Amino acid sequence: MSFALTILVFVPLLGAGALMLLPDDDEVVWRSAFIFSLVPLALSLYLLVAFEPGRADYQFVEHYAWIPQFGISYHLGIDGISLFLVILTTVLITLSLLYSGGGDIAMRAREFCFLVLVLETGLLGALLALDLILFYVFWEVMLVPMYFLIGIWGHGRKLYATFKFVLFTMFGSLLMLVAMLYLAAAAHARLDNLTFDLPALYRVPLSATEARWLFAGFAIAFAIKVPVWPVHTWLPDAHTEAPTAGSVILAGIMLKMGTYGFLRFAIPLFPVVAVEAAPWFLALAVVGIIYGALVAMVQPDLKRLIAYSSVSHLGFVMLGIFALDPTGVDGAVYQMLNHGLSTGALFLLVGMLYLRRHTREIADFGGLWKSIPVYAAIFMFIMLSSIGLPGLNGFVGEFLVLLGTFLKFRLAVYFAVIGVILGALYMMWAYERVMWGPITHAVNATLADLTAREIAVMVPLIALILFMGLYPRPLLRRIEPSVAGVINRVDAAVAMQAEAQAPVPLARRPAPSRMLARQ
Amino acid sequence: MTQQFWPLGLIPLLPLGGVLFALFGGRRGGRRAVNVVAPGVVGLAFAVSVWSLARLVSLPAGGALRFAAWRWIAAGPFHVEMALRFDALTAIMCLVVTGVGALIHVYSVGYMGHDEDYARFFTYMNLFTASMLILVLADNLVVMFVGWEGVGLCSYLLIAFWYTNPEYAYNGRKAFIVNRVGDAGFLLGIFTIVYALARGGVWTVTFAGMSHQAALLQPYATAAALLLFLGATGKSAQIPLYVWLPDAMVGPTPVSALIHAATMVTAGVYMVTRLGFLFTLAPAALTVVAVVGAVTAFFAATIAMVQTDIKRVLAYSTISQIGYMMLGAGVGAFSAGIFHLMTHAFFKALLFLCAGAIIHELDGEQEMGRMGGLRGSMPITWLTMLTAALAISGIPPFAGYFSKDQILEATFASGHPTLWLIGVITAGLTAFYIFRLIILTFYGESRVEPSKAAHLHDAPAVMTVPLIVLALLSVGGGWVGLPRGFLWGEAFNRFLAPVVIPPGAELATPGSGLALVMIAIPIVGVAAAVVCYAQMPGLPVLVAYKARLLDSLLRHKYYVDELYNAVIARPLFWVAAYVLHRGVDGAVIDGLVNGTGLTLLEGGEELRRTESGNVQHYALLYLCGALGIGAYYLYRVVIR
Repeated sequence: MSFALTILVFVPLLGAGALMLLPDDDEVVWRSAFIFSLVPLALSLYLLVAFEPGRADYQFVEHYAWIPQFGISYHLGIDGISLFLVILTTVLITLSLLYSGGGDIAMRAREFCFLVLVLETGLLGALLALDLILFYVFWEVMLVPMYFLIGIWGHGRKLYATFKFVLFTMFGSLLMLVAMLYLAAAAHARLDNLTFDLPALYRVPLSATEARWLFAGFAIAFAIKVPVWPVHTWLPDAHTEAPTAGSVILAGIMLKMGTYGFLRFAIPLFPVVAVEAAPWFLALAVVGIIYGALVAMVQPDLKRLIAYSSVSHLGFVMLGIFALDPTGVDGAVYQMLNHGLSTGALFLLVGMLYLRRHTREIADFGGLWKSIPVYAAIFMFIMLSSIGLPGLNGFVGEFLVLLGTFLKFRLAVYFAVIGVILGALYMMWAYERVMWGPITHAVNATLADLTAREIAVMVPLIALILFMGLYPRPLLRRIEPSVAGVINRVDAAVAMQAEAQAPVPLARRPAPSRMLARQ
Repeated sequence: MTQQFWPLGLIPLLPLGGVLFALFGGRRGGRRAVNVVAPGVVGLAFAVSVWSLARLVSLPAGGALRFAAWRWIAAGPFHVEMALRFDALTAIMCLVVTGVGALIHVYSVGYMGHDEDYARFFTYMNLFTASMLILVLADNLVVMFVGWEGVGLCSYLLIAFWYTNPEYAYNGRKAFIVNRVGDAGFLLGIFTIVYALARGGVWTVTFAGMSHQAALLQPYATAAALLLFLGATGKSAQIPLYVWLPDAMVGPTPVSALIHAATMVTAGVYMVTRLGFLFTLAPAALTVVAVVGAVTAFFAATIAMVQTDIKRVLAYSTISQIGYMMLGAGVGAFSAGIFHLMTHAFFKALLFLCAGAIIHELDGEQEMGRMGGLRGSMPITWLTMLTAALAISGIPPFAGYFSKDQILEATFASGHPTLWLIGVITAGLTAFYIFRLIILTFYGESRVEPSKAAHLHDAPAVMTVPLIVLALLSVGGGWVGLPRGFLWGEAFNRFLAPVVIPPGAELATPGSGLALVMIAIPIVGVAAAVVCYAQMPGLPVLVAYKARLLDSLLRHKYYVDELYNAVIARPLFWVAAYVLHRGVDGAVIDGLVNGTGLTLLEGGEELRRTESGNVQHYALLYLCGALGIGAYYLYRVVIR
């Protein structure tokens, strides 16, 4: 049995502890935190190399009893769905730390790095946990550092934003916890096996009503996290007021916990309900796509605009997931990674601009291409990734999501493509007002272009965007089998239920005479 | 028969190499290096295209070359290869794109000689060429879409090339967004085709593969064809998505020549032709193509008659001429459409480059009201532009005559006399507006501002040589498609026939008495222009006064931009800002949330006032409380 996953999850926590022992010198703290974050990054890349493509089940599994009285176990494992989300996490955390040390975080560097590393443990743990209680613990652990990151290093109405963020999330989490407990109790009662272990809970027999309520418990928690329209209003506040690194992690990784949760827990645990609920979620996804894009369009604040664009982009992910088609779900997983890269990069870019001008109002800019062409060119590239230009990563995900959905629910796609048009509209309009036109504020003519450190932050993201756009095979090949596993589970459950409900045709019934003969 | 031929990969890779050079080495390498590399790579791509053509003709008729680079996207049963394919149709498109493209690149060296942003300019130009080549070389619909959006992107970047002008920046974005509407149609078209084929268990998006699946495509052919045609109307600037093209004229003039006349805007025609097997399954869709083409041709020509900006006349002329190509494709005369595409690329590129030479000489002046009498000072420009004007008017033996004639004859023969009549009338209008342009710029009294009038002369050789080459092509380019019975009659159609004509269909019928009408009408148009603008200059003013309403309608381009703004753009913005953002997000959802959460929030604010650290304690308490409730439930449920 390997300990790779345990090491991966807790190394950042060790690093966070080690930070406390360092001398009181910010530069040393930043450097050390960056180096500490390289360890999980390297480990996650090792996982990528050692991961066996073509397998649908969990790899590097670790399974120990934790609190056996309550059936709680320490169960970690990784599959094609979580593999790249784990790598996305380690990459974005490293880049966030590298960026934040360049002047973005001016006070309490040690506390900041500490919280980011704790957060990394929470994120990785939630992505790898296969026991419901273990998952829940990590899920809640994520919340605390993020709460402080926004509350301490945030801007503007940061307290309002933090409270809104925590309230929304906690509301969902509690419902999820209740559902988890009920499920374990049902396992105890009906299988005589008190367990919170995810694979074991697949087998719990549930009545249709029970399954619906339990699905709702999970789904609401995840929907808030995604966020699905109309429970999205915490997002623009939290993203806008968070410090740059906070926004990057929030948008880049934490939102994916919602969509990941649907794929890992809500759908496989309650496949029949998921199929019933699919049209509703598709409708909400389409509303989110169009609504998010339209509201993003009219934002005067560049960061808030990008925050709202997440509502639209995550709508595409939800669309792909609830199409419950292999192509669509593959695309949805891919789109989670794309959104992490491109939106993460956009938040970094807005942070760089804020650092120079201390404003994010679009109206305060204009003509920046003249003064900071490297910045403007990189922004253009990331924007093109975000609007799904073919050849870059966004297209692959968007295309597969829309295609997969079209194969199952054509109508939804006719509406969703409107989001493709609007996506280009709000991004390009904002770009035009910030980068093009004449320089209207004299101070904008004297801005300094990107520093070497800032370019070093962006280059890995640019490289990944290109690679994932041109050669998605290595990723899709590893994602596909696990996605197929989820879809097969859903299909099998639906088929079984249909069989159970269908009246047995007369012809198939054993003829009485034969029954007699057998006796 | 399909043969593997790896050099196909070089055709788009060469200009892509030029992009990298201009982007990263442009500033360091200096102007001279970029001036050599940027046109050079396009020239080399032309050479490779010729090489590929030589290989292609050595294959039996109907053969193709193919180069599969790598397996691109595969998810579930769906899969796409990054692959290129070179058949007769691609060969013509490749030669036009790289040939005309190389000439325009050379010309640009002179035109952009004083612009300090030359490296950025050639980055975009090479990127555009590469995208267009990917579009025409694509082996399947998805790779085609890569080029399709790529040319849209380059168009956006080049229209807004002089980005400090906010109007130019707006026009660039307008082009991209309008094209995106079309692209959404294209995407839906791809999905419809995949859906139709998947129902029969077939998973392919390659042109070769799809063309053998008529039975599976049949039930969805009309929907797929119409959706794809929506994409074509965007790229090819047809009704209803043509509105971006006239505004695209604010880009540097070589851009207008390359992108907005010779190549990108023909992409829609190419796509319809490439998917001819699909469109012929859907006669209704094909009729829509023909009607949209004919109506656009007429409608744009009427607007071109009253424009005073020299590039806008040419822009509407482009919309109108592409209408002819669509008409050709719509009546099933695919090869005639492609023939006109080719000749149009020659003479329209020439018209734009000549206009560019004038604009360059007059320091950016585009109003024909401040031109006139340039014949003496710019003789090469005058002669070459006159050649192009004769070609676009459809006067034999210039190139445009043969191609336009083929389209109109095919239209008549296919049983669309009304569309034929529209096409013939438009031919007269075409001759009229183009000779109006010629007379207003080259003849009559000079109306050039005195400060500029003194030093007028033809452009340097780097710009005039491409003009002369294109002029020769505008004369002789049509001779490859002589009517049946003349010398090598219909060589062009026979070359294309195995690719574009669906099996069983006939070649376009040969000429008839109608041919006389088609020669006479343009001559009437030219004569009318001469009478109106050279002989009796008061006449147009009088007509405009007498028909004030019509004149105003035309000058305002039928108020279509205003209509789109009033019906789509402004309501959309209003709904987003006031209904969704302020209303739903602000009042309804947050109103509900704040209603329930208000006490907690206010508690938080109050605590903040006394001691800031307590807010965090409060949250931790809340967390502990939540865990406590959880533990209680656990206890209740498990222990019972």
